[in-house]
Amino acid sequence: PALGLFLFTIARDPLRIIILIAGAFFWLVSLLLSSLIWFIAVKASDPQDEPLQKGLLIFGVMFSVLLQEAFRFLYYKLLRKAIEGLVALSEDGCSPISIQQMAYVAGVGFGLMSGAFSMINLLADALGPGTVGIHGDSQLYFLTSAFMTMVLIFLHTFWGILFFHGCEHRRWWEITAVVVMHLAVSGSTFCNPFYVGSLVPSYLLMAAAAAWAYSLSGGSTQNLRRFFLCKS
Amino acid sequence: MITFMNNSDSEEEPCNERTSLMSAESPPVPSYQDGLQASEAGEAQAHRKRRAGGSGNPNNLADGERPDSGVPVRGSTSENEEEELTLKYGAKHVIMLFVPVTLCMIVVVATIKSVRFYTEKNGQLIYTPFSEDTPSVGQRLLNSVLNTIIMISVIVVMTVFLVLLYKYRCYKFIHGWLILSSLMLLFLFTYIYLGEVLKTYNVAMDYPTLFLVIWNFGAVGMICIHWKGPLQLQQAYLIMISALMALVFIKYLPEWSAWVILGAISIYDLMAVLCPKGPLRMLVETAQERNEPIFPALIYSSAMIWTVGMAKPDTASRGPSQQRWDAAEHGRGNHRSPSHEDSQMSEPGPVPTRPISSLEELEEEERGVKLGLGDFIFYSVLVGKAAATASGDWNTTLACFVAILIGLCLTLLLLAVFKKALPALPISITFGLVFYFSTDNLVRPFMDTLASHQLYI
Repeated sequence: PALGLFLFTIARDPLRIIILIAGAFFWLVSLLLSSLIWFIAVKASDPQDEPLQKGLLIFGVMFSVLLQEAFRFLYYKLLRKAIEGLVALSEDGCSPISIQQMAYVAGVGFGLMSGAFSMINLLADALGPGTVGIHGDSQLYFLTSAFMTMVLIFLHTFWGILFFHGCEHRRWWEITAVVVMHLAVSGSTFCNPFYVGSLVPSYLLMAAAAAWAYSLSGGSTQNLRRFFLCKS
Repeated sequence: MITFMNNSDSEEEPCNERTSLMSAESPPVPSYQDGLQASEAGEAQAHRKRRAGGSGNPNNLADGERPDSGVPVRGSTSENEEEELTLKYGAKHVIMLFVPVTLCMIVVVATIKSVRFYTEKNGQLIYTPFSEDTPSVGQRLLNSVLNTIIMISVIVVMTVFLVLLYKYRCYKFIHGWLILSSLMLLFLFTYIYLGEVLKTYNVAMDYPTLFLVIWNFGAVGMICIHWKGPLQLQQAYLIMISALMALVFIKYLPEWSAWVILGAISIYDLMAVLCPKGPLRMLVETAQERNEPIFPALIYSSAMIWTVGMAKPDTASRGPSQQRWDAAEHGRGNHRSPSHEDSQMSEPGPVPTRPISSLEELEEEERGVKLGLGDFIFYSVLVGKAAATASGDWNTTLACFVAILIGLCLTLLLLAVFKKALPALPISITFGLVFYFSTDNLVRPFMDTLASHQLYI
């Protein structure tokens, strides 16, 4: 689905593609920094200590989430500057791309990159021979991973919109809500392989974020109704 | 180097020629950026791999150029509009370059992942005589540095040689050289490649069929690259050639040497294009003085200019051209069109006739940017090496890919700002190297641990 989003909405406009790739790049850099921190922490600690390692991992995850949001903020700043430049250069005084579109594209960029990093090794291994869950792990590993990744990509997209909107209108509570949601979703994955604990809340959160982002972007129930009625 | 250059027919030389991005703008356009890295033609020896130097064409957003030139025809256009056009088309040009670079990388990565041949170590080039199978780390490092020095000096010599030839107008020699190298590349390497792919997938092919296929492929390729042909086909061939060359490099360069060479090449690129006495810069300036396109064989251009008296709107440009060039401006107008002429055939003939005959008939040319083939090759080498040797597999490859694209973006941005030929390699390769090493060593253990516990960040 994320790829479909990409093809239909982003691939047409070159500017959006650039913003997408830049968004992916920012996510990558945040991942890099967070893994650097984690790596240092692990090296500095005792590798035999199981609970400590787990604790460090949790710490790493949380830190990474915070870093991701920080980088989203930085990206927002960069895009604001870019929009000013574009407006200055445009003929009729308005920029060729609005900040909401940028928010959307940035969110998709973040999401795609995080999804890719989560899934792609899995996919490569899935091509090869083997049995899922042979060591007593869950047999649904691939499926749940796929669903989790998809929900995460969508969430990143919505968070992008919400975040940028919050920054635009200086509503700090929106921004903190995004950060809290992200932390919650990552935290819920700690219940894996008890999948109900992680997938269900994530989907619920995604639905909530979707509705919120939709309303922020100017949609409403009337629009929805018209959209569906037109189709049918 | 990224430049907007006229399509000079430069033949692909077996030597490594690095072309920088150049913007071949017609003289009226002030911003004529030539960033042509001369590709050095390599000798066509069995060991020698042709390295098409990627000359980065300074991706000057052609639009950018325009504004500066203050096209007389469009007297009404204001400076702002032009600049804005530049930026607007800037994004378009960036994408026009993204796509071929991505395609080339995809081809290389796909081949590396599937065909075993290219990851086996079967010997080394004579240009990298020092082996890396030494017991100690220090020795290995020393060997790789020595290999790099040898390789770089070979490249420098080739580039200087090419520039000298160009300066003294030995066009025939250059053309012959480029033709020879593209011939070898198209036939020999394709044969090897096809053989390996067929071996991997256990498909049998008899010799007559093979001969037919390769002959057709090679012949059409020669025509397309060196002469005229549909733009897409030309682009496809150039991408294929870059991929083949990159694969050859990946196979035959020992590991540490490859990384050191990549680093050294970007430094050399930087110097060769920006220093006043750099060979590439001299090449570009000489071409500019003579109002000739720089070797098209070594350059990938993203748009096509239809010249020689054919005013066919549909064939002329890839996209709607924005402006009509005045006849007077077409003195060098042809340069604008970003054609990919990487073909080695340079046609001194068409060049002089172009300005004359196609002046009135010159259809809109889509301004594009030109990127040297060597840039393609080195980008692909980086990504291919990441795919081949990284233990984190796809994550590392993906990270390098994104890093290179971002580097390309930044280079194009700089091109728009500076409006002269710029080296395309340094920024991208630096990003790529940084990301490769950091992803391989730092991110991979992190992601692996996360994945084993199925945690998501």
